[in-house]
Amino acid sequence: MRLPAVADVPSREEVVPDDALLATYDLVVRYSSAVALDGVSMHVGGGEMVALIGPNGAGKSTLLNTLSGILRPAAGGMVCRGRLAHVPEGRQLFPELTVEDNLRLGAYRGGSRDPDPIYELFPQLHGLRKRRAGGLSGGEQQMVSIGRALMANPDIMAVDELSQGLAPIVVSDIIRHLVVLNEEKGIAVLLVEQNARLALSITSRAYVLENGRVSKEGRSEDLARDPAVHKAYLGGQVGQ
Amino acid sequence: MSAFTEYLITGIARGLVFALLATGFVLIYRVTRVVNFAQGAFAVFGGLLTFSLLRAGIPQGVSEVLAVLAVAVIGLIFGVITIAGKIPLLSSLIITIGLAMLSEAVAMLVWGSIPISYSGLAGHDFVILGAVVQRQYLLVLIVSLVLFGSMALLFDRTYFGKAMTACASNAYAAKLSGINVKRMGLLAFVLGGALGGIGGALLTPVEPMTYNADVSLSILGFAAAIVGGLTSPGLAVAGGLVFGLTEQFVSGYWSPSYDTAVALALLIVVLLWQARRMRLEGLE
Repeated sequence: MRLPAVADVPSREEVVPDDALLATYDLVVRYSSAVALDGVSMHVGGGEMVALIGPNGAGKSTLLNTLSGILRPAAGGMVCRGRLAHVPEGRQLFPELTVEDNLRLGAYRGGSRDPDPIYELFPQLHGLRKRRAGGLSGGEQQMVSIGRALMANPDIMAVDELSQGLAPIVVSDIIRHLVVLNEEKGIAVLLVEQNARLALSITSRAYVLENGRVSKEGRSEDLARDPAVHKAYLGGQVGQ
Repeated sequence: MSAFTEYLITGIARGLVFALLATGFVLIYRVTRVVNFAQGAFAVFGGLLTFSLLRAGIPQGVSEVLAVLAVAVIGLIFGVITIAGKIPLLSSLIITIGLAMLSEAVAMLVWGSIPISYSGLAGHDFVILGAVVQRQYLLVLIVSLVLFGSMALLFDRTYFGKAMTACASNAYAAKLSGINVKRMGLLAFVLGGALGGIGGALLTPVEPMTYNADVSLSILGFAAAIVGGLTSPGLAVAGGLVFGLTEQFVSGYWSPSYDTAVALALLIVVLLWQARRMRLEGLE
């Protein structure tokens, strides 16, 4: 795959807006010889909710793992002007440890290890705090996963496939919490979702990632009306 | 009665040494998911290094502490070789077997093939129910209990211990939480090395150490660790005691030729039981 010539690569100043809390510019990530991200530039502003949608294998989770430092970019760069917490795909709890231990380990980088604020947000977790996380339902596990990320006292949360494997009513409840966190605490959210309808309905801006490249970007409501996006991700034509 | 008491006490002491090795297995496995078959080599080095330091005129307690520290460093080196690169788990296991064989060769070159021993805890032996018991066994008991208590506290009560467990439980999530998984793994090897070194330093006064003792020590330590599924220090201690007592009673009442064979037969039973338990847990 052709890489852009050096002269084609925009500078960081050109790509990263001043108010961006989190941004990537011309980010390239490879798995051996396979290119997973091919020049991705995107940003999330302070207090913003941004969606990242796209098909399986588009590179969405790769982007989040790169932002979290799990993967290293081969080229391009990233800017993070705050604390980033990652709610990974599949919840990724520590199943042998209790709910409370899972939450407290979220504060490993520093800050308060008191999980009470999380119990205020998700009261049902208080009664489960001594239970092993591996024995919880999917919805409860997702709450623990979000709670663990919140323990890092983040300025921005990158949430990967929040709705995966959960009943719609559970998804609605967790989404409601996410919106509250965004609106009341000002935590920015980068929401990676295969459920594009859900993602575009609660975010203000969105990016469409296809084959490791940003194919479209704009206001979520505009993208929801875009015929191509509608056909590919919302299951029909505009107006259906 | 005195013979029974002697077998019982000796079995408990040996079982506690196996348990120390087993705890090393558990510690390294819990953090790295690597089964370290070089664990017995740590004990061999612990005993042989203590012997050399004593011969150099260094006082007993200091010699033992220095030897344990040296074995902890050996543990770090083994850890670097085993987990520092992006090595698949199965390859790491094979590497630990290779390191055990290398350790045997080094021990043979440096200390030779003659069994080595030194005096244990000074003072008169004592008598329990007609059996004469060496004071060294008392030291084994006290040190082991303190170490097992410390390990239980580390994993069950401390934030650091939970972070160590998290590394093995879900390394990806641990990294996302900011835990340096590789560093935790190396630390586990250091602590595993120290536990093995302590086991060897405690065992050598009551049972001469040879360059190739690591094989039987590793097998019995692994056998004890597998009782707790390689993850439970408490069950590993219980397993160590079971194997230590089995070995002594078989040796005493039947024949020393069969002690290890019976212990290993017991291991097979435990492995079958563990496999069945894991299958049932998987089905639930």
